[in-house]
Amino acid sequence: MADKQDIDDVTGTDTTGHEWDGIKELNNPLPRWWLWTFYGTVVWGLAYTIAYPAWPLINSATAGLLGYSSRAEVAQQIAEVDEQNAELTAMLASADLTTLDPDDPAHRFGVAGGASVFLANCSQCHGSGAAGVQAAGYPNLLDDAWLWGGTLEEIEYTVRHGIRNETDPDARWSEMPAFGDIFSEEEIGQTVEYVLSLSGQDHDAAMAEQGMVLFQEQCTACHGDSGEGIREVGAPALNDAIWLYGGDRETLIETVTYSRFGVMPAWGQRLDEDEIKAVTLYLHQLGGGE
Amino acid sequence: MAFLKRHQVLERSPTLLFVFSLLTVSVGGIVEIAPLFYLENTIEEVEGVRPYSPLELAGRDIYVREGCYVCHSQMIRPMRDEVERYGHYSLAAESMYDHPHQWGSKRTGPDLARVGGRYSDAWHVDHLMDPQSVVPESIMPKYAFLADTVIDGEHIEDLVKTHRFVGVPYTDEMVEAAAADFRVQADPDGDWDGLLERYPGAVVSNFDGQPELTEMDAMIAYLQMLGTLVDFSTFTPDANR
Repeated sequence: MADKQDIDDVTGTDTTGHEWDGIKELNNPLPRWWLWTFYGTVVWGLAYTIAYPAWPLINSATAGLLGYSSRAEVAQQIAEVDEQNAELTAMLASADLTTLDPDDPAHRFGVAGGASVFLANCSQCHGSGAAGVQAAGYPNLLDDAWLWGGTLEEIEYTVRHGIRNETDPDARWSEMPAFGDIFSEEEIGQTVEYVLSLSGQDHDAAMAEQGMVLFQEQCTACHGDSGEGIREVGAPALNDAIWLYGGDRETLIETVTYSRFGVMPAWGQRLDEDEIKAVTLYLHQLGGGE
Repeated sequence: MAFLKRHQVLERSPTLLFVFSLLTVSVGGIVEIAPLFYLENTIEEVEGVRPYSPLELAGRDIYVREGCYVCHSQMIRPMRDEVERYGHYSLAAESMYDHPHQWGSKRTGPDLARVGGRYSDAWHVDHLMDPQSVVPESIMPKYAFLADTVIDGEHIEDLVKTHRFVGVPYTDEMVEAAAADFRVQADPDGDWDGLLERYPGAVVSNFDGQPELTEMDAMIAYLQMLGTLVDFSTFTPDANR
């Protein structure tokens, strides 16, 4: 308690004056290297608060001598990379995809960049390998069957405006009626038997004959006279083995009864011009491009 | 220095020690937290941010109940890789009506701060019913039961009132119309003009494709609005924030 020194008899060292049941605490000096490191960190800490935004004042905080801001930093990082790619992105954004040579640097840049755009934005529905989700309504982009067209212009339009969404007035649009409101159950059954016959599957020939009449009346306007599909309205071909939602009897009855309404967002509202072109080039060279 | 030796007074009285420890610790809190409430450059008002519509709010409750935040954050950090992947970095104002907020950086699943409008409603239904059916490499569990759980919005007015109590500016009109707005947002054939007036930019849709109003509807209504309120084509970030 007293201010005078209290030397411990055994060790000859100064004590702190703290005492518990006769046991005293020695007051050994701290190692010098430790003490100076400690003082160093204090100085570093103070300098840091001067260099970087820190001290709260009345209306704002000190901005720091280095002028650091996380928003400015990310803007600068993005600008740096954009500048590195500026030449290629400008070439790609203004390129006419149909005449772009596959050996052109802009084409190679587009395919590589398009793969990244696809993985970040498209793979959730179309699969990371672009094979779609079979019989779930997410089209395979690797094959030759295209709902709305597989040329570079058509792919670009689909990516930019999307399909049946509410956000882009230029979105591709068509709507299959729900024939549950139009046909009787028997008529739906007959139509489905005819559709099964188109793709050469097992079917009831007598019912299919009836179904053919119904099909000619109600379905050919969109699906074509022989069920070959019409791209202007995104109506799939029914005479092949490729099915968007499934081609078995049960699924077809469901499709005809309730119809289908697949939606794709308009990526022109989210992606940059060069990203749209890039993902178009990527998709076109996957195998099905026309 | 005799004054400094008086600490024994505190050390020998548990009550005093507790009181003074509390005072000491609270200094840290006051210095670090209190300025955030009055400093101008920590508060940013952004055009377009509005309180959640009743159905979105109900969906948000389900999101929190199911612990979605354990794997999904809602905070795009100001870093180039995150901005490239998810979109514009999140603004504090975008979660100003969140109680509690869903910030974080631990991502077992992707960040959802801007998932709104990115995928179709049907995709969300497929994905919540069975994530692996659309994303085979996903480890997310199935939430198919959401589509079986019918909700009637019995307590929706209380929920809106509770959020008003903690500071969300719901008007009397919003509270009165809460039950009606709750139902009409999932009914494209209904009269939803009032809903859109009260909650600009709200998406009206039969989200789950079923005639009944289910938790799936509420959940997808919430997911489809995340990050869509601020128009970044007209927003200029203030670098000082």
